[in-house]
Amino acid sequence: MSELLQVEDLHVWFDLQDSGELHAVQGVSLSVDPGERLGLVGESGCGKTTTALAIMGLLPPSASVSGRVLLDGKDILDGGEASIRPHRWVDIAIVFQGAMNALNPVRTVGSQIVEALELHGRAEGGQARLRAGELLESVGIPAQRGTRYPHELSGGMRQRAAIAMALSCNPRILIADEPTTALDVMVQAQILELLDGLCRDFGLALLLVTHDLPVVAQLCDQGAVMYAGEIVERGSVDDLYHEPRHPYSRLLFAATPDLDGKRGEVASIPGAPPRLDRPLQGCPFRPRCDRAFAPCAKLRPRLQRVGEHHAAACHLNGVPEVAWT
Amino acid sequence: MNANGNRPLLEVEDLVVRYPVPRGLVSSLGRKPKENVQAVDGVTLSVRSGELLALVGESGCGKTTTAQAVLRLVDTTSGAIRFEGRDITRLSTRALRPLRRRMQIVYQDPYESLDPRLRVRATVEEPLAIHGLGGSKTEREERVRTALARVELSPPELFLERFPHELSGGQRQRVAIAAGLVLEPSLLVADEPVSMLDVSVRAGVLRLLDRLRENGLGILMITHDLSTAARFADRIAVMYLGRIVEEGPAQEVVHNAQHPYTKALLSVVPRRDPRDRARPQILTGETPDAVRIPSGCRFHPRCPVAIDECSLRDPVLERPRNARTPDHRAACILA
Repeated sequence: MSELLQVEDLHVWFDLQDSGELHAVQGVSLSVDPGERLGLVGESGCGKTTTALAIMGLLPPSASVSGRVLLDGKDILDGGEASIRPHRWVDIAIVFQGAMNALNPVRTVGSQIVEALELHGRAEGGQARLRAGELLESVGIPAQRGTRYPHELSGGMRQRAAIAMALSCNPRILIADEPTTALDVMVQAQILELLDGLCRDFGLALLLVTHDLPVVAQLCDQGAVMYAGEIVERGSVDDLYHEPRHPYSRLLFAATPDLDGKRGEVASIPGAPPRLDRPLQGCPFRPRCDRAFAPCAKLRPRLQRVGEHHAAACHLNGVPEVAWT
Repeated sequence: MNANGNRPLLEVEDLVVRYPVPRGLVSSLGRKPKENVQAVDGVTLSVRSGELLALVGESGCGKTTTAQAVLRLVDTTSGAIRFEGRDITRLSTRALRPLRRRMQIVYQDPYESLDPRLRVRATVEEPLAIHGLGGSKTEREERVRTALARVELSPPELFLERFPHELSGGQRQRVAIAAGLVLEPSLLVADEPVSMLDVSVRAGVLRLLDRLRENGLGILMITHDLSTAARFADRIAVMYLGRIVEEGPAQEVVHNAQHPYTKALLSVVPRRDPRDRARPQILTGETPDAVRIPSGCRFHPRCPVAIDECSLRDPVLERPRNARTPDHRAACILA
């Protein structure tokens, strides 16, 4: 098995106290090979961040989880905190959208990285300070700026510092949850270039969680599109854009404005995603789909192979000679 | 609607907005000189009825301050703002009042701009009450229904009694627009109107704004998103550090950009097509702060093609050599 990280049939429920349960993740399976970059794309509430948090074992106590998360083939979910702890930050690390939340506001950036290094027994004292400087340099922050507090850094610099901290134990997989969402386009481009370089230079695998399809198209090799708690299509980013096999993927691309194209010509998808606190019948995308037909109301489609490394959960794929674009 | 013939609905001329930088105790005692943030430093623009002008730039470039000055929400240091043919730059609050309802704003975040305790009916009706408009209860009801229909929340009965939390993001933003439209403004300032919305509903709101524009509304849209501007604006003005550095018809600015900053901004817009992985022109560093504006061309320290002269001469916004239309302007001595 070459997979570094494998998620199998992951489910997450949130207890809503008096009003039942929210089935946020409904059977997600994905895998990330060493050095691979997978983009997990979807709109708010689709379960992409919950999936990322479940992999890291960082869900709140109100969540219950089933399924398997395998690292090098070994389940790191079944033993709870005890089985994930040795791997968190060491093999898998995560950076979040608001870097301010990941950094302690009353400690300098450098000392926080030193602490992370010492806590995981990576280095001590002067050695740790030296290594912290190197880490900051590797994300484009001059080492001497380690003496700054988070609020003294710009949004882009803070995100770089958060990435440096996530890299302190040389993880093999970095999960980046909307890493550029709050940033300006030019700063976004700088951070994407940084992530690209880190993957290339250190063979780091990347799981990029985002609502932004073009960012995935530019940075990732593989993409997985999530809707209503499940992956509805996955494949190479090229397949997803040029040969989508799920109407939601096709419409999502069409709804993303590009610099080219005619005035006003951007698709919108009518309606809203289904509520996940009640059982779903049939295809969850059916009420918003422009291609729905009879079977969609009855049967929930499963993710099925439609090409090499390409799978989609849509009944249309069982119909011969369907024109997709 | 606008009886001023060919005159633009909104004309901003050489607008300057400066804020004093708050000094800490130590600086005050140390008699450090007072400093100013030059938020807007000589902006000239116009919006016609039935036209959408997109003001594009990164955070801190002054685009939001420009909009606030237009709406007289911040004080203008110098320059002039004319609206419907009247100079409103120094108009008293009282004299401004009847004009205020003619210019309305839609904010970025419909989760914050709507009062969570008010039903849709009350939210849309409130501006009428504030401006003492709408006459009888029945007339006001009629206006509210018309406004909801104009933002395509129909039939209105389905939405009148709902609370914001019962609406989707796109529907909330439509309610916010309806609350502006109920006063029948001639100018709408839309500050990042879709950036908080999910991708799948953005286009719906943008197309709504587009239809309102077709029916004669003038729209000043503030956005950081060049792709949205490219698809929905008549004209685009690109701002950098308090100045417009390039301005022209949307298609010209996007496909025949002349200012190096515009070119760089366009190059970093991620493309949808994975095969279209052009190498972006990533500028190093970040926009300098508006307290210490660089000499000469304010963009020269980050400009990839700057020459010595750029640090000396402050370029004016003028027609570039390679312009294909008469109304395309750029502020670069090399253009």
